[in-house]
Order: sequence, then C-alpha cells, then structure tokens
Amino acid sequence: MTPDKRSDYWKANLRLLTILLIIWFVVSYGFGILLVEPLNAIQIGGYPLGFWFAQQGSIYTFLVLIFVYATSMNKLDQKFDVGED
Amino acid sequence: MTALEIWTYGVVGATFALYIGIAIWARAGTTGEFYVAGGGIHPVANGMATAADWMSAASFISMAGLIAFNGYGASVFLMGWTGGYVLLALLLAPYLRKFGKFTVPEFIGDRYYSQSARIVAVVCLILASITYVIGQMKGIGVAFSRFLEVPYEVGLYIGMGIVAIYAILGGMKGITYTQIAQYVVLICAYTVPAIFISLNLTGNPIPQLGLGGGYVEGGAATGMSLLDKLDQVVTELGFKEYTTQVMGSSLNMFVYTLSLMIGTAGLPHVIIRFFTVPKVRDARFSAGWALVFIALLYTTAPAVGAMARLNLMETIQIGPVGTEEGNLAYDERPNWFKKWEETGLLKFEDKNGDGRIQYYNDANPEFAAKAESFGWQGNEMVKVDRDIMVLANPEIAGLPAWVVALVVAGGLAAALSTAAGLLLAISSAISHDLLKGVIMPKISEKNELMAGRLAMLLAILAAGYLGMNPPGFAAGTVAIAFGLAASSIFPALMLGIFAKKVNNTGAIAGMVAGITVTLLYVFQHKGIFFVKGTEFLMPELGMGANWFLGISPNAFGAVGALVNFVVAILVAKVTAPPPEHIQHLVEDVRVPRGAGAATGH
Repeated sequence: MTPDKRSDYWKANLRLLTILLIIWFVVSYGFGILLVEPLNAIQIGGYPLGFWFAQQGSIYTFLVLIFVYATSMNKLDQKFDVGED
Repeated sequence: MTALEIWTYGVVGATFALYIGIAIWARAGTTGEFYVAGGGIHPVANGMATAADWMSAASFISMAGLIAFNGYGASVFLMGWTGGYVLLALLLAPYLRKFGKFTVPEFIGDRYYSQSARIVAVVCLILASITYVIGQMKGIGVAFSRFLEVPYEVGLYIGMGIVAIYAILGGMKGITYTQIAQYVVLICAYTVPAIFISLNLTGNPIPQLGLGGGYVEGGAATGMSLLDKLDQVVTELGFKEYTTQVMGSSLNMFVYTLSLMIGTAGLPHVIIRFFTVPKVRDARFSAGWALVFIALLYTTAPAVGAMARLNLMETIQIGPVGTEEGNLAYDERPNWFKKWEETGLLKFEDKNGDGRIQYYNDANPEFAAKAESFGWQGNEMVKVDRDIMVLANPEIAGLPAWVVALVVAGGLAAALSTAAGLLLAISSAISHDLLKGVIMPKISEKNELMAGRLAMLLAILAAGYLGMNPPGFAAGTVAIAFGLAASSIFPALMLGIFAKKVNNTGAIAGMVAGITVTLLYVFQHKGIFFVKGTEFLMPELGMGANWFLGISPNAFGAVGALVNFVVAILVAKVTAPPPEHIQHLVEDVRVPRGAGAATGH
C-alpha cells in the first residue's frame, strides 16, 4: 500500500471518530449533565427528558455509536483494501 | 432448614457444579490458550464474557442502591461505566488487537521501546487490579455469610477454591467459558425480580418502560407517573427531589463521569478480553456486543433503584405525613425488615418513644422544624445500608423463595467472574511481562505456562488474604482502581496509537506525573495509603475538601489523565523522536491487514 493511501485511510478514520465522539459527548455530557435542567421541562412518557438521557438515552446512543463505527470501518477497510481478507 | 435455605443451597450449588464442569472441559494446553483463550472466541461470546468480566459485585449489588439514594446524581455511574466502551471500541480495542500480543504492559513496553515503561505499566496494572479484586473477595464472603449461614472466612475459601479450579486449569480459556455461564446467571437474577416489581408498581413488565410509566396503586392507575410519585414522596419527607438531585455540582458530575469513562477504557482486565477474538473486525463488533449485554443490566438498574426507594418509603410512611397513623408501627414491620435488622444493615431507634417509625431527612433544617411540630424527634431509621436494596428487593416485593436464591447466585456469579478476570490480568503481568519479558527471556513455553499457573495460584492466595484482612485502602477501591487506570494506562495506550511522535521519555514522564497528581489528591483527602489521620488538607492555603474546582477525589482521574497527556506531549517535543521502526510499528497497528492470532513473540 502506498503511504498516500495509508494516510487517506487514517484521515477517513479520524473523521469518522470525530463525528462519533462529538455525538458521544453531546448526548451524555451535553444532554445528560450540562443541559439537563432545560430538557427536564420536556416530558416523554413519564420521563423528564434530561433525566431520561442521563439514565437511559445516553446508554442506547452509545450502543448505536459502536455498531455504526464497526460497520463503517468495515466499509472503509474494503474501500481502501486494507481489510483482513 | 427453611425452604429459602434449600433453594439457595440448591441454586448456588448447581451453578458452582456448572462452573467446575466447564473448568474440566476447557483446560489450557498452551500459553496462547492460557493468556488469550487461543484467540478463537466468537465476538458475541466474547461480548458476553466481557460483560460478566466487567460487571462486578459493585455493579450487581451496590449500583442500584447508589441510584436509589442519589437519584439523578447517580447518572455518573450509569453513563461513566457504559460510555467508556465507546472509547474502548473507537480508540483502543481494534488497534491493540491488531498489535496482537498477550498483555497490556507488553504493548506499552514495545511501543515505547522501553523495559522501564513496561515495568511502570505492570506496577499500575497490579495496583489497580489488586484493589479491585479485594472488593470482589469481600462480596463473595458477605454473600455466603448472609444467605448460606456459613462464616465469612469459609465463604471466602469456597470462592477462592472455585476460582482456583477454573482459572488455574483453564487460564483465559476456562475463564471465558465460565464467564459466559456467569453472565447468564447474573442477568436472569437481576432482571427477573425487576420485571415483577415493575409489574407491581406500574403494570408494565419492562422495567425500562415502567420507570417512565404511570404509577399503579392497588391495581388501579393513579394518573400520576412513577417518577412524579417518587419525587413527591421523598420531598414530602424533606429529602432532595429524586429526578434532579445532583452529586456535588454539575462540574463535579461532568469530571466524575469522564474519569469513570476513561478509567473503564483503561482497565487491563477488560482490554485483554479483546485479545481473544480472531480478527480486528471482531474486536470492533465485540465491544458493541459487550455493551449490549452490559446495557441490559445498566438500563434496568435505574428502574430497580427508583422502585426500591419508592417501596421502602411507602412501607414506612403508610399514610399522610404528620398524622399519627401515617407512620408504620414498629411492631407491624414486615419480615424482611426484621431479617435485615439482624444483620445490622437496617437500624431503628425510637427517638420519640411513640412506637412508630419516622423516616425523614433531619439534616434538612426547614423540614426538621416542621417535623418537630409533628412530635418527631429525629430520623429514626438510623441506618439504611444502600447495598441491601438489590438483595432485599425480591422479599420487599413478596417474590417466591427461588427468586431470592437466584439473586444470591447472581451476586456470586458477578463477583466470581470479575475476580477471575482480574486475577488473570495480574498473573499474566507477572509470568509474561516480568518473568519472560524482563527476568528470563529464554524461558520455554512449557515452563512459562507452568509459571502462569503458579502466578495465578499466588494471586488467588494474595487476594484471599487481603479479603480476609482488608487493608485500610480497601474502602478507596473505586478511587484508586479507576483513578490509576484513567491517569496512567489509558493515556499511554491512546498516545501510543494516535500520536506517532510520543517517545519513551514522554510516555514514562506522563504516566508518572498522571499517577502522582491523582494519588496526591486522593491521599490528601483520605490519608496517605488511606491510613486514617494522615490526611493533609490545608484549608488555610485554600486546599480544603474538594479544593480543586470542587472536584471530589473519586472524580479526579480525569484531571490526572489530562496531566498525563500534557506532560507526555511536551516532554516528547523536547526529546529525541521515536526511532524509525517504532513509527512503522504505529503505522502498522493503524491498519487491520496482516493481523494474525495473538502471539507472545
């Protein structure tokens, strides 16, 4: 593999990481902690929304993030032909 | 013997027989099998084993209690102990799997081309893992002594014996398959009572939905949500509102969550689980599966906590606050109440001599004044240990004896599975990193395997001894284990992958600086090595309790990690860059192609 291609693959990976980690941060630290008070004014079911993000929503989002990462990286591996098989 | 005892002996005995059966079937014949289960574990199976490895006696027994009494504030544990898996999956696991060696210190030693770095990492790993394992040993002893009526020491010996059988015979291979079985036991034990309790209180069998559902009383909907009801019940007795009470301050919660996340991602006994899957791709998915299995318990826990709190309050405060009949008469207390009083974890003191129980927050001056006008003379529930919430839950909800027995087996499974994972991390650091890596590089594979088994035996004996004679620092387990992992191991690993130019001097300086800052802050609050009386807070110099931005010592790992990052990068900038072949190694780790099975060579 050429060094150029290698560095393109790495850049694409970093871009994906950055996007996913921003979501990770916003959902837990943003919605669950910093913005919890204003969000609590909204109710979903019997949950105040901020409280829901802190005790339920953030965990579900983490799950989605990891599977999106794993799937997208598989595609990147194929696109740059750096996968294991 | 009572029916409950027969059930408990039966269920616990059956699970132990299963673990021993697995041990005999899954023996390890090579160092590869002993350290990384031969590298052939399916990603879903590894996810399940990781979940059991990760969820300890603390997750199973203590977390719901923490949530019950801290309400929203306990979100730091829920987010912190799950969000770490995002960091692990995105920043560490796939790359460390590609590197393809047996232990965490081995990566640090190779990447930073330095035996000293490897030894620093071994020391951090052993310190973090030993403090963590003491808590598991105590959990095993307590579960036995409380439910099976055997002395604490005997319970501990039985626990040590079971772990010894499968961990010494099977190493990582035996541990992996027993952890899978233990996960099944512990998740059933956790969710079955939660389903019944949720059904009782909300009519919804799914606890995650029940927590956001409507409150049902005597079979009829009340038109009020469960959380509103809980907020109302606790605030009427002067406690903080459940859904909004914070832990310290928002900033403290922020930093605490971050410390737990970074610490989680840096715990070696979790990281090595990802060395057992066949491919880099599997490591990525396996982290996701681990979180699926963890989330099953972690999203149930908030419901268990809130519902247990409501049940407890409603058991004692049976009518309107302030009326005479509003409080339960002590003579009419339920059976579970009496049982937990015997253990000393629940204590009542009739301060105003009226024969009724008043449970309220007398530390709230406004409400205390009001309580006085009712003729109350202080909170009479002088002790409510938060660890009893999960254990007493099935009895509070009036569930049959087999459910109680299942909860005991679940608590034991959680403690045993985590203890085994930690012991493997410790013994592989000793036999592979210290013995083969530093002292006897020419040791044959057969002898290394023998050394691994011997190291495991020694680690089990040490853990047992410490469980029997818990040192003062056992109480600081959480602060130390997460603080060390966050401030030393995580930054070293992440920089090792993402910052090609960070060299040996930088990494070592960073790790030492990170640990030092974290330990100093913890010792300043809790005593040098947790010895009482050696705290050195200096309020006159502006260094009182939580002096640094109001951050509590348990939450300080993130600050230590930041110090580690900054020091490592700055020192690396002014010293010689890593040699060419190390920079190639980093580039190689970043690309999946060419990953073989994990090896020790």
